[in-house]
This record gives sequence, structure tokens and C-alpha cells, in this order.
Amino acid sequence: MSSQFLPRRAKDRACLAPYKLARQLVWTRREFLRSAAGVALGGSLLPSSLAARTRIAASKRKVIVITFGGGARDQETFAPEGQENIPHLMRELIPQATFFTQVVNRGILGHYVATASLATGVYETINNFASLPPEHPTIFEYFRKDLKRPASDAWVVAPSNGFNRIGESSHRSYGPGLGARVILPKHLLTAAASSGTDYNHLLRDNYETPYYTPELGGNGFELQQLGTMLKLSVDDFKAHARTLSSPDELSVYIVRQLMRQLAPSLLWITMHDIDIAHAGTYSLYIEGIRRTDRLCADIWKAIQSEPEYAGKTTLFILPDFGRDSDDDAGGNGFQHHRTGDALSRTTWMMALGDGVREGVVFDRPMESTDLVPTLGSMLGFSAPLAQGKPIRELL
Amino acid sequence: MFPSDLKSEQFNGYPPEARKLLSAYVGVLSRLPLSFLPSLLREAIEFDYKFPAERRALEKELANLDLLSAEQLRDWLQGFAQIHLSAALEHSDWINAPAQFVEQLSSYLWTTHQLDAFRSAALAYADRLRAAVPPEKPPAPRLGITIVGQGVTTNDVPLFRKLRPHGAYFRAVRPENGLQLLLNVVAERAKADPAPYGHWYIDGGRAAPYDPTLTCVSYHGLEPVRAVLSGKIRAEIERPGMGPENLRTVLAQLRPADLGMPKAGDAVLDRFQVKVLTEGSGTQIFSTTFAQWTAREALRRAQPLTLLVRFAPRQRQKPMNEMLSASHEVAELDPLGSLIDADMGAYYNWLNLQRLPGAEQSSFLVWFEDHSEAVAIGPTLPRGTESTTATTLDQLLNWAS
Repeated sequence: MSSQFLPRRAKDRACLAPYKLARQLVWTRREFLRSAAGVALGGSLLPSSLAARTRIAASKRKVIVITFGGGARDQETFAPEGQENIPHLMRELIPQATFFTQVVNRGILGHYVATASLATGVYETINNFASLPPEHPTIFEYFRKDLKRPASDAWVVAPSNGFNRIGESSHRSYGPGLGARVILPKHLLTAAASSGTDYNHLLRDNYETPYYTPELGGNGFELQQLGTMLKLSVDDFKAHARTLSSPDELSVYIVRQLMRQLAPSLLWITMHDIDIAHAGTYSLYIEGIRRTDRLCADIWKAIQSEPEYAGKTTLFILPDFGRDSDDDAGGNGFQHHRTGDALSRTTWMMALGDGVREGVVFDRPMESTDLVPTLGSMLGFSAPLAQGKPIRELL
Repeated sequence: MFPSDLKSEQFNGYPPEARKLLSAYVGVLSRLPLSFLPSLLREAIEFDYKFPAERRALEKELANLDLLSAEQLRDWLQGFAQIHLSAALEHSDWINAPAQFVEQLSSYLWTTHQLDAFRSAALAYADRLRAAVPPEKPPAPRLGITIVGQGVTTNDVPLFRKLRPHGAYFRAVRPENGLQLLLNVVAERAKADPAPYGHWYIDGGRAAPYDPTLTCVSYHGLEPVRAVLSGKIRAEIERPGMGPENLRTVLAQLRPADLGMPKAGDAVLDRFQVKVLTEGSGTQIFSTTFAQWTAREALRRAQPLTLLVRFAPRQRQKPMNEMLSASHEVAELDPLGSLIDADMGAYYNWLNLQRLPGAEQSSFLVWFEDHSEAVAIGPTLPRGTESTTATTLDQLLNWAS
């Protein structure tokens, strides 16, 4: 409980209430976006409804959600010195997006449990490192049960074995048979690789506990289904993997196949390359940010080019949470997200595509749990057990 | 068991000096909330292996708590008293295993959404403690030196962007014999102000020859220890039921002898090095992370008067599972990536130096090894300035001090 290592600036910041710190962060984030991406303040716009902004019926609409497992701080992204790392977000996506500067995660800052919270609209408290399903119904279950959609219409592409159970909850009114199909591309590659050595650079399960790979649980997508469902031979899959430099690139490759072959209405992809930051290597963290920036733009381009998606898809991009501030002596800056300070809890979200206003920024506080009810309102299903509130600016 | 049931003989499992220290304060310890006490015991149980600055701080903290009246104690710790604990935590062996308790408490606080309340309580306590027991001023101004870019011949990345606003950026530093010159400066300071663990040299590669008065830690020097540790980790993760939390507990219990360190070594420094490797994320694998984390921990714990950190090229990124395997393949190096890591590491070294008492008088130098770029920061150096005048590293240190 040493007091010796509290910095003067951290002490000054500690004097600010967490909500004030968050406000400060949000204000600078908004101003960065206004000056660099030319976005307008949403509060000054006349209200309009989603129905007035789109001609696509809810039943025909598609949604793709990209989450980052491993947030990136403003100084490496939206701040002037960080914008060089996210050219695609700044120049291509944000000008077309509605951007929310203050998405607060009040839950556990571990990637699996936080992604599960995003997917259920409830702050889940399951063990972050165990192969367990969420305790509350997921968006996939609400979507499929309410709208009577088949299993092929909701998919998750996730980075590591730990995410294998995210597709459906243990809730007794939902659960088995009602969730999303989950693909773990790295797991598929492990199964595909006979020798393993060619693919090792892609196979690390996660960065926070690099020595440990959880056992798979649940009914995973198996290697033989590559051919039957994604029309992809194991040899082609392996050959393509050889051209990729990271697990997230492999995930996006699988996403493209899914979009072409099955065109699900609800597609959720979780990226993880940025989380290399846990190894403490700043250059690799920056590389991860740049790659994620490029891959988000690739998915947006794929949406525009795929006939099943063009003109009727809304894309959401959001980190699951932030990372520790340099000013908090309890942490080690960019490396982790362990302090629970306002900066590690306050992240952002952008939405773009069908029915979304372009080039607008909103900085009122909202919570990560608001995503599920918002998607419910957009797609026409209810999420009765979600704790969040629909985001009115998108409806 | 609750703190109110505490007896001095319950510290019999502690190392001798820790036992002696705590036995003198059983009265006040028994009045502390359970959400607070194990954090204090986690520090105290390591008392025999702590650096002098840490020992003094802990002694003063205990003495201060002992001086507080019952009402003052309640007031100081009311935030902790409001934390709700589970029965499992209350019944755990928090006396003999305080570190495990704190780890489980952390998980529990996250799960029960009490982390923010605990954090507020901890900050409030730290503020009061700092006011009541001001941190010791150093006997001489501190000096931090960071050397980056070993092995880099050409570089297009602008360096020191985070540090330049805080000091003067020099573009025409004569690099000849720079490392030796800086090591000599550190050795001279160690002779002028001798203090145990007061003057450090941390190398992310193989240590250059250094004066024996310095406390030296190097990534290369710990290679055999890292190899033993990797073997132990591999063996542990293959055990049925082993998860990340269990693994952390196992690693936290490792002692220098478990990792093949000689018994005749420096017990305090050996324990410090083991903690760097078992508690620091990435320190076993990436030398740049090792250098940065070791510097952070040395500053936080030993509060040295002088700290020289030299970064070295880390291995190119490979999967961690592969890196941890017992392969004899020679690892490729990534000098340019390491330069970027070290540039950020230098900034963190400066930040951490600023967190110590006497920061307003401290000085800092970062130098691109064998090149002509450097930033010097000190009480009299102008901030955000740039110089193209030819100069030397010792001149920069004179200006910065």
C-alpha cells in the first residue's frame, strides 16, 4: 500500500473525479475528430428517425460488429501524434460514420468477459480465462429466437480458444441450439497444419496469458466444415494462411468467405492483434493498431463490394475497453488494462452504413451494454434481459 | 479468521526480520479492516528481502498507523471498511499467504463491481499517508540515463518525441566512447554518495564492464535463470487443471534457488530479479520489456540516486509458445523495432524517475547509442528547445544537473 510511487501528475489527476477525467478525455477526443476528420457535433443536428434515413426493412437489414480485444489509447490513435497509425479510420471511415466518444465499460476489463458483456448487454462476471458460456442470453440468441432465423444467419469469428463459448449462453430460456456459430480461425489452422511449424506465428492463443491455451468446449466449427459450409478446401486455407502475417488477417479472410458463401445477417468479429501490448513491446503494439486500422477498412470495402451486403448493412466498430494511462503509477502505461482508471474504462464506438448519419460525433456518455438493445431495435428483435438502453441517435 | 483475532505467534512462518517487525505492531494490525491488512502483510512478509528505501517506508507506515487513535484509524480506513468481502476470502489463510489473498481479492473486487470503491479508498489512504509521513528526500539529486538503439546503423523514425517537450534536444552529440563515459559518471556518483542499491546499471543485453560499486542486472546475465524458468512454466502448463491464475500463484512462490541461482548470492537482489521475471509480463521473452520493467521496479522499490538503463535489440517477434520452447535455434534480432520500444521505454524511465521524491532536482539524459542524438532534461535546462551545436555527453550531463 505504498504511497511513494504516486506521480505528481497522477496525484493531480486523482484529485479529479473519474467522471471529470472521462469528460476531459471525451472532449479532447471530440476535438481531435473535429479538426482532423471534419466531423460535426451531433447535438446541433435536427433529430430524425432511422425509418426516415433508410429504405431497408428491418427484416432485410444486416449488421456486422467489429470489436477489438485490446484497446488502443488516444495518444496512439485519435490524438494528433497518433493519427498516423489510423489513416483508414481517420480519412475513410470516420467521415462516413456516426462516432460516439464516450462508451464506458463498467464491467470486468478482461477480453473474453468484456466481449461477452458486449454480446449480452449485461456486465458478465464469468471467469475471463475459463471456457464458459455467458450467463445471460446473447444477441445471437435474441436475434434467432425472436426472428426465427436459422443457425446460418448469425456467426462469430473470434481470435482464441477462450472465445469458443461466446455464441450462446447458459441461460435456461435460451442457450443450446439458439446461438451463433463460432469460428476460431487459429484453431482451424492448428487442425489443418500437419506439422504445425509453418503456422506457429499465427497460433498464439492470447497475449495476456501467453503460456496458456484453454481447452475447447462447446460445439465448435470443425475443419471439415470449411469445405461444406465455406467452400474452402483445407489446402487452399493453408496456402492462404502462409501469406498472412497475423491472426486477425486470418480472421478477416474467414469473414470474407462467410460473407460470400453464407451472407449472415448478423456477423460479429473480434480482433486481437493489438493486445500484443501485454508483452510490453511498444513497436508491436503500434503495428497491431495499424493492422487493425487497415483490416477495418478492408471489411468496410468488402461490405460495399458484396451484393448481399452493399447498401443494407450497418457496421459497428468498438474496442471492448481502453488501456491504462501513462499517468497512473499503478499500471505500466500502454502495456495493460489493470488499473480500472477512467481511461481504461472509457472507449468509443463508430457506426456507419445503412441508416446512419455521416460525419457526426456525439459525446454524451453511454455504456458498452447499450449495443445489444440498439441492435435489437435496428433489426427488430427484443433483448429483454439486456441492461443497456437503445442508443437513440442511431434509431 | 478476522484481524481482531490476530496474535503475534501467527507470524511464526514469516522470515525473522518480518516476524520481529510485525510482532511489535500486533495491536494496531488487529484493528485494520480485512480488505486492507493483507495488502500490508504482503509487503511485510518480504521485509527481509526488501531494499533499504522500502524497509524504511514500511517501518514508517506501521509506526504511523500505530500512532493513530481508534477514531483516526476508522477515519483513515473507512473506505476499506465499506468493502464487502466473501466468506471464502474471510476464511482464507491471509496471514501466511497474503499475496494469494490479494490476488483473489482483486478478482473479487472486479467481479462484484467494487474495484472503483477500493481504488478510491487506496488513493485516499495514500494521500493521507504521504501527508503524515512525507517521502524521504534523496541525499543528492537523482540522475537517470537511458541509452537506446544499440545495433541500429540508420534510422528514419523521429526519436524522443515524448521527451523533447520536457528538455533540450541535441542533434550534434559526439558519440565516441559514450557508453564508457556514462558508466564512469555513474561509478563516480556511486563513490561520491555511497548507498546500498543506490546506483544501478541495467542492461537489456550483455552488460559492459562496470564498477563493482554499482548494482547491475542484465538480460544476458539472467539467461540461465530464464531457461530454468521457461522449463518450469512448460512443465506447469502441462499439468491437468492448470490455469493462468494457478500458474501465477506457482510463479509467485518461486525462490532464487528454485531457478538455479547460487545460495551465496545477494539475497535481496536475487529476489528482485526473480520477481522481475515471474511478475513482469513479457520480461522473460523480450529484452526491451525486461529493461523497461526492471528499471520501473528498481525506481519504484530501491529509489536509487542513479540509474543507467541500456536497451539492447530484442528478438524478432515469434509466437510465445515457440519462444518458450527449448529450441536451440538462434533468435533473429529486431534492432529497429527495439529502438521504438526503447524510445517509449526511455519516456517511461523518465516518468518513473519523476514519481520519486526530489523529482524537481533530478536530471535525465537519453542518448541514441553511437549516434549524435540526445535529449537532456534538468532543472535549469530550457524545455522544448533544440540545439545543433557540437557537444559531448559529459557536457550534457553538466548542463542537466
